[in-house]
Amino acid sequence: MIKQVISIFEKEVRLEWRNKTAFNGILLYLVSTIFICYLSFNVRTGQMQTVTWNALFWIIIVFANINGVAKSFLQEGEGRMLYYYTLCKPEVILSGKLIFNILLSVVIAIIGFAVYAIILGNQVSNHIYFLLTILFAAIGFSGVLTLVSGIVSKANNSTALMAVLSFPILLPILLMSVGLSKNAIDGIDISLMNDKLFTLISVDAIVITTAYILFPFIWRN
Amino acid sequence: MNLSLHDNEYQITSVYDINYYSIFEMRKTWWKIIGVGLVFYTLIAGLLMEAPRLAILNETIRAMHFHVPMWFGMVIMLTASVIFSIRYLRTGNLKYDIYAIELVNTSILFGILGLATGMIWANYTWGAPWSGDPKQNASAIGMLIYFAYILLRNSITDPQQKAKIGGVYNIFAYATLIPLLFILPRLTDSLHPGNGGNPGFNAYELDGRLRMVFYPAVIGWTLLGVWLTELRIRLSFIKSKIDEED
Repeated sequence: MIKQVISIFEKEVRLEWRNKTAFNGILLYLVSTIFICYLSFNVRTGQMQTVTWNALFWIIIVFANINGVAKSFLQEGEGRMLYYYTLCKPEVILSGKLIFNILLSVVIAIIGFAVYAIILGNQVSNHIYFLLTILFAAIGFSGVLTLVSGIVSKANNSTALMAVLSFPILLPILLMSVGLSKNAIDGIDISLMNDKLFTLISVDAIVITTAYILFPFIWRN
Repeated sequence: MNLSLHDNEYQITSVYDINYYSIFEMRKTWWKIIGVGLVFYTLIAGLLMEAPRLAILNETIRAMHFHVPMWFGMVIMLTASVIFSIRYLRTGNLKYDIYAIELVNTSILFGILGLATGMIWANYTWGAPWSGDPKQNASAIGMLIYFAYILLRNSITDPQQKAKIGGVYNIFAYATLIPLLFILPRLTDSLHPGNGGNPGFNAYELDGRLRMVFYPAVIGWTLLGVWLTELRIRLSFIKSKIDEED
């Protein structure tokens, strides 16, 4: 079982490695969006207001995630789905995809943060909590997006539907992360942030558990 | 085609195996009478009876009998809808799916009414219909989630597929809606009465006079919602029967 999960994960990574289009696409998307923001806000480094800086960062991350993680099931053809179906349990497929998507999402967020900090200035004062927020937000995002991507792949495979379905469900996680990262930027006392961080983690847990319970139903078709 | 709705042996039989009334003894009239009676009681007592005078709220406290029951009714019906979605996924019987979608439809109506009554109230109490209050925002997001659910269902044509994927999305949406409605607003200060030091309907402030109207109001409005849903479910069954005969 664990072997199967690992091999699906490996297959995803190898696929990504061989035709780097997807990853490079997201990277280019990130860099160009950040640069557009920089140009249109017309700011010199470090002069943007904290609230704007924070909101803009999360908007960019969310859209990069929707573009990047959404493909996980959309790119699979009908035949390949059937092939997987004969090979292993739905939980195994979900685990493999989920681990890969979490990795992808974390990489997107960290590269995004690095580029963003270089171009628009770094305003974060508590880096550990900021990175923790990014990590748990990425886990939540990829949990939601993996399941919604599975749902959309069974509906009509349109990217518009993907955005419409995932956006409102992403919002609770997004709102919590925005609040947390604002605190991390301001450097608020850690004891005040722990509560929110635990709430974020528990929402992640809810999302991933429901994804595991529900995925077999959309897979079995 | 001979449909007589008020006929007692009226039953829809179809490939869906819709055996409606044997499961749900909902055609009885007593609960409808209670529902309508309670709503009338709410209208009269809620507007005319003596209400406690709290700072800021004053007479607008009467809005509680019309605004808060909308949210209670919405959450109760959404919960019922999720239960029916789970039952559909376990059994594959399409009638549960019809229950689930119609309950969501009525919940959306209740949600819109809740937002509207809240905005009217907020206009006089907070000075603006929309103040970006966490609870206001959360309920607006909740509406978006369920609009997306309707959109998803409309984009699939095969009824079994529609029911299955809709059911999965419904359960998933509910799992994220609950933290949104019940956890997030508590992490920040809300303008709502009873939050952040505002006078409200806490245990000691919600005195007997308010309770006597508020609890019947919740039950009455919810029963009215269930009646509405029941009518829509029956309509939906008739439609599916007509579709089959064509």
